[in-house]
Amino acid sequence: MFKNLMDWIEYRLPIMRVANMHAIQYPAPRNMNFWYVFGFLATIVLVNQLVTGIWLTMSFEPSAERAFASVEYIMRDVEYGWILRYMHSTGASAFFIVVYLHMFRGMIYGSYQKPRELLWLFGMFIYLALMAEAFMGYVLPWGQMSYWGAQVIVSLFSAIPVIGPDLVIWIQGDYVISGATLNRFFALHVIALPLVIVILVFLHIVALHEVGSNNPDGTDVKRKKGSLTEEEKTKFKMHEYYTSKYDIVDDIVPFFPHIVLKDLVAFSLFLIAFCYVMFFNPGMGGYFLEHPNFEIANPLKTPEHIFPVWYFTPFYAILKAVPHKLGGVICMFAAIVALALLPWIDRGRVKSWRYRCGLHRWNLIVFAGVFIFLGYLGGTPQEAWKIIASQILTIMYFGFFFLLWIYSKNEKTKPVPARITG
Amino acid sequence: MSNVSLDANDSSVTENQPQDNNRRRFLTVATSVVGGVGVAGAAIPFIGSWNPSVKARAAGADVEADISKIEPGQLIRVIWRSKPVWITRRTPELLDSLTQIDDLLKDPNSEQDQQPEFARNSYRSIKPEYSVLVGICTHLGCSPQHLKDGAFEEYVEGVPEGFHCPCHGSKFDMAGRVFNNVPAPLNLVVPPYMYIDDNTILIGSEEGAA
Amino acid sequence: MKKLILVLAFLLPNAVFAAGGGVHLDTANYDLTDKASLQNGAKLFQNYCLGCHQMQYQRYQRAFADLGIPVELGQENLQFTGEKPGEFIKNGMPSESAAKWFGAPPPDLTLVARVRGADWLYTYLRTFYVDESRPFGVNNLVFPEVGMPHVLQELQGLPRKTTEQHMVDGEMVDRYVGIKSDGTGELSPEEYDSAVLDLVNYLVYTGEPSRLESESIGRWVLVFLLVFFVLIYLLKKDYWRDVH
Repeated sequence: MFKNLMDWIEYRLPIMRVANMHAIQYPAPRNMNFWYVFGFLATIVLVNQLVTGIWLTMSFEPSAERAFASVEYIMRDVEYGWILRYMHSTGASAFFIVVYLHMFRGMIYGSYQKPRELLWLFGMFIYLALMAEAFMGYVLPWGQMSYWGAQVIVSLFSAIPVIGPDLVIWIQGDYVISGATLNRFFALHVIALPLVIVILVFLHIVALHEVGSNNPDGTDVKRKKGSLTEEEKTKFKMHEYYTSKYDIVDDIVPFFPHIVLKDLVAFSLFLIAFCYVMFFNPGMGGYFLEHPNFEIANPLKTPEHIFPVWYFTPFYAILKAVPHKLGGVICMFAAIVALALLPWIDRGRVKSWRYRCGLHRWNLIVFAGVFIFLGYLGGTPQEAWKIIASQILTIMYFGFFFLLWIYSKNEKTKPVPARITG
Repeated sequence: MSNVSLDANDSSVTENQPQDNNRRRFLTVATSVVGGVGVAGAAIPFIGSWNPSVKARAAGADVEADISKIEPGQLIRVIWRSKPVWITRRTPELLDSLTQIDDLLKDPNSEQDQQPEFARNSYRSIKPEYSVLVGICTHLGCSPQHLKDGAFEEYVEGVPEGFHCPCHGSKFDMAGRVFNNVPAPLNLVVPPYMYIDDNTILIGSEEGAA
Repeated sequence: MKKLILVLAFLLPNAVFAAGGGVHLDTANYDLTDKASLQNGAKLFQNYCLGCHQMQYQRYQRAFADLGIPVELGQENLQFTGEKPGEFIKNGMPSESAAKWFGAPPPDLTLVARVRGADWLYTYLRTFYVDESRPFGVNNLVFPEVGMPHVLQELQGLPRKTTEQHMVDGEMVDRYVGIKSDGTGELSPEEYDSAVLDLVNYLVYTGEPSRLESESIGRWVLVFLLVFFVLIYLLKKDYWRDVH
């Protein structure tokens, strides 16, 4: 009876075929280490943001008069409203933590290299959409940081020659950041951008499954049809979509249940950290929820120190480092564009840093350090030494890409193992 | 949040994992159960947040009504939880007539649970003279009209006064009891109320229960 | 792994509140589980703060419930204006005239502890000092040029910046030793500090009334997640046993 029903459905909707192709019989390299869980975690956080976001929308009032009060209404009067709000605010920061780790994974194992260029580009578009989404979401509580953060970010557009000032007024829908701005940001935050992000995530995953997952060795697990002996082929049953085109090396496991279980272990650890923050320290000492944002927006009084939320601060530091308005804005966007162009900046053929030159290893580690240090500089009060430091670090940030472009042309690499190690 | 039920697809699992054993089966079931409990727990705030908020409850607090100014035969309306509550001062003649129409009514003795215990009588009130009813039709939620001085005869012969719902034609007598052959299934609701003193009714709380 | 450690190192240290104006802040050892302290704080707020400052997001009823005050008792002793207990803690002062009197409208205090931090509040309320050049005759160490009178003077007495003479290298030198009350207040210095701490405790509470509930739910959630982690870890091990 149940089988008949399933067959009836399957004939009309390929549920099992998709499940087999993309999970149960999807080949995943068995050496994917902990760096490979952040994509899964990002998906989980996305779902968390969507669901809690929908629920917050039920009680939030998007107007300059009521927004701040309605957030407090959620925190105090709505049953468990504080849990929903903290899940959403903690989720926003968690999203960027896992996305940054996910991106760094792609960098150290060369996951952006051929044939994964489009996969990387979709990822970068997700990252851009996520930044826009986070920025607009931060405006909604209508606290002091919401207001003045919006003021500063929207003013960036005034740096554009000729049309800049008019563009700013058009974006604001008023001569200042106002209720009109809040309302349009609300619309973009709750429907337009989430829709874009979900579509991009879908494309990201489709592109991933077409080319297959990379792994810490960078050794391809799909080989030319007919190049492997039966002994070398995987014993797991894989979907014929893959086996008809390739021979698959005995270095893989099925995505479900093996990788899913591994991801769930990571997920449970992630949840422990997430819930600890959410229940015990949701403000994270002013990093996840900034102190001045508990004061209602006041167009007449700028907070003493004003920074964006922590996940924007590296780029904010680059903006502040350049002593020229338009130049600063260009540098800030160039910093993101440079990341997006990684597949073409890196001219090497070897993917993983395990088998690339020592300079590459150091270049990546220094880049990570520079990014974090820029974040520190962008998120703390301005001091004289910090201006010079952030200028040096900005040069080092771009230096990473320049160096990579130079040395990757004729790089001395180690031999990549024919089969996955470890 | 995302707990994949691990035994959902046993055939394929065994396909890729020929050697099954009790330990694995136990762990699969235990993890699924704990995961299920987790999902249920995570649902609590989402479900709970749909309950009336503190704001709604503050707005829905008990309401006091002054009944000293109601003339015999008059009906006044009070808002309680954003719903109309009718307070009627019934004349002795009307009260007499209420006991004589039992065979026209679906539930003349208020056996259905539509009123606090104190109103389970033929007048459906604490003091027969004053009736307190939620003015919402038990069919689909419209507010019936009060027809008196013979206007109700048009709907029920021999009964001069009652409530008629304009939406679907349900009819109720002056104790809020529903007539036969109308779409409304139940008598009108009597809200919890109590007398603070002879002239004041508190709608929303019962004596002793508060 | 290195990056992970770096990220954690970057995130974990709790930020020091930036608004201290460079003055050392005393630590407020408040205790949200101390109902007596919270009740005293609420009483102080109603008596000394509510005249000018509101709590427009905090309902009386919620405070009564969380502080363990019976509604009738609370209405008698803490609600001076006779509203319903479901109302917000407000005063009737029009904010325009308030802005005229004080230069700026007195800020709402519901969330002040989340904006300023408990330590800042605790220090602020204890560092008013006599300064004849100011409109209200007082100034403040952590909030220079403060536009608010010292409303707790009745309790503390008149506080002055005090110096004592010390012998340094054979010479008598004036050395600043802090702010000392002239002793005309109702409370001793220790009692005053303790009263201010109660008030700060109450302000921390109103800033986030769900804090205690959050922590008690959080503990159960963490225990539950640990159980889930152990199970899922064992299950994962079992499936991967044959792979490696």
